[in-house]
Amino acid sequence: MTRTLRFREALREAMVEEMDRDDRVFLMGEEVGYYQGAYKVSEGMLDKFGPKRVVDTPIAEAGFAGIGVGAAMVGLRPIIEFMTWNFSAVAFDQILNNAAKLRQMSGGQFECPIVFRGPNASAAQVGSQHSHAMEHFYATIPGLKVVAPAFPADAKGLLKAAIRDDNPVLVMESETLYGVRGEVPDGENVVPMGKAQIARPGKDVTIVAYSRMTHVALDAAAALEKEGVSAEVIDLRSLRPLDEDTIVASVERTHRLVVVHEGWPYGGVGAEIADRVQRLAFDALDAPILRVTSLDVPMPYNKKLEQACMPQADRVVATVRRLLARGRA
Amino acid sequence: MNAEPHTQSMMAKTSPLTSGGQPTLDHLAHLYREMLLIRRVEEESARGYAEGKIGGFLHLYIGQEAVGVGALAALRPDDYVVTTYRDHGIALAKGMSARALFAELFGKVTGCSKGLGGSMHMFDKEHHMLGGYGIVGGHIPLAAGVAFASKYRQDGRVTLCFFGEGAVSIGGFHEGISLAALWRLPIVFICENNEYSMGTPLSRSMSVEDVSLKALGYGMDRDRFFADDVLEVERRIGEAVKRAREESLPTLVEVRTYRFRGHSMSDPAKYRTQAELDEHKRRDPLLRARASLIEQGAPETRLEGIEKAVEVELADALQFAAESPDPDLGDLEAATYKGPFAY
Repeated sequence: MTRTLRFREALREAMVEEMDRDDRVFLMGEEVGYYQGAYKVSEGMLDKFGPKRVVDTPIAEAGFAGIGVGAAMVGLRPIIEFMTWNFSAVAFDQILNNAAKLRQMSGGQFECPIVFRGPNASAAQVGSQHSHAMEHFYATIPGLKVVAPAFPADAKGLLKAAIRDDNPVLVMESETLYGVRGEVPDGENVVPMGKAQIARPGKDVTIVAYSRMTHVALDAAAALEKEGVSAEVIDLRSLRPLDEDTIVASVERTHRLVVVHEGWPYGGVGAEIADRVQRLAFDALDAPILRVTSLDVPMPYNKKLEQACMPQADRVVATVRRLLARGRA
Repeated sequence: MNAEPHTQSMMAKTSPLTSGGQPTLDHLAHLYREMLLIRRVEEESARGYAEGKIGGFLHLYIGQEAVGVGALAALRPDDYVVTTYRDHGIALAKGMSARALFAELFGKVTGCSKGLGGSMHMFDKEHHMLGGYGIVGGHIPLAAGVAFASKYRQDGRVTLCFFGEGAVSIGGFHEGISLAALWRLPIVFICENNEYSMGTPLSRSMSVEDVSLKALGYGMDRDRFFADDVLEVERRIGEAVKRAREESLPTLVEVRTYRFRGHSMSDPAKYRTQAELDEHKRRDPLLRARASLIEQGAPETRLEGIEKAVEVELADALQFAAESPDPDLGDLEAATYKGPFAY
């Protein structure tokens, strides 16, 4: 059985179910309690769990991120909400130097079972400082896991998996996905990290995406179908660990790969995937791997320019056309 | 709250571990032994560094022993401690063995952190030593989080968080202390003011001379005193620990101390005069503790017995570290994640 839930409701269900199951789990962040969540993800949770377990913080990301790490180190299981991942930049040291490294630098003595979550990447005309795709920075860091669901069912299932994991897990959500509806299975549905899914099967080209860009890739695939091009869309769901098996298997069928993500083109998840695929499936490729990313500038406010900076379905379609025009090399 | 923050301490009037209002000889002898062990461990560390057995950064605790030993004497064994990269003395005072410490310094798999942490990252889960940290101020919010967990679970434990006066200017100090005060966390913030943040004296790094004043803005209790007498450190930190344990209130304590060596092994400490150093060495808390033991009637033979025992412990630890194997490359991925490596 399934129910239709919005993305934010699916996230909330994951937190509520895990907090019911395990009293070591608590939620902490700005406006998560009395305000009911800046984006209403935690709506109603303060009433259900009280201020001990739904903890409003002052605006002090480095402080409460560090509080979470310390609490996790001695056995609690914090969920730290960033109002947006943009603001995690001031807590970067806590995530990089403490959460990610604690286990290894203590010789494996201490665990850091913590979840950091919040909306990531662009929203709508919120300007250069509120539109970062932060996952590229974090996915490079050994010691962390990073997930980026596109659908409500995965949002719930991956967040549950993240809360149960004994390592630090970063959950990249999207402001523009919070209202999106989808079918969510009833009961326990823990989605394992490191497993991509084929969101749409196809045979001519593989388009890899995640989070909101999975929807952009699906729009592009629908447009390409009208041109007689069959595009396979892989929704990564998890960036670290990365499901290279599913990507490689798809490329071995389609022989062409386009990676779509927000964030700048220099380095990042797309570059990582390109590296792995050229190493693991060099002979399967009929064309260079292309990436569709945000343009290489800070995000502008102007609506037209902002839309031009973000990856759009038409840019994905044009990129696939370029790829197909090469034919078999 | 300390009414006379500038008063250099005299002998302790009371101590948590005294009988009849006077410190017992045995207790002071115990603290003297701990301080001496730290002093000698640090001297041997300097030698090991010069001989190339220890790499990287090495920040010695020589001169500051009374702070760690006195403060940790005020704790229960299950209380938590978090500190900076100048962590050898604190780790030993918390119960880590000299074997585990030297093996870590030598990068051996038998070290407290399997040789993966090094000088700046002394962790000992069994003794609730939650680590030395290498980013100035970054561990202060973390320590507040440990205290948050104690309050959440109501486990009655207190967290001590050590840092230098050089950490007071960075954001982590402000955010960690601010949240601890807001949420009334059971923690004692101990600023080991050794007068220099690396080569910069306090007068050139802070707009006020009294670090404990910082507590006022947070509505937090504070204290300020010299660390010349280890029993006084124990007594004063004990008051803050009691406040944390019984009232769940944090305290900022500025303990004034001095490091006899440079910031790290690469620092010749040319920014201070020999006269200044000599003046502090005359006030050496270790020698003061020894003199106090003699004054109170401890026979010289007893002290020599302690000193010999420390040398034996040291020699055993150095040999253990030297003979221990290195960690394997294969240990790295397993230490990084619980469960399968995430790639």
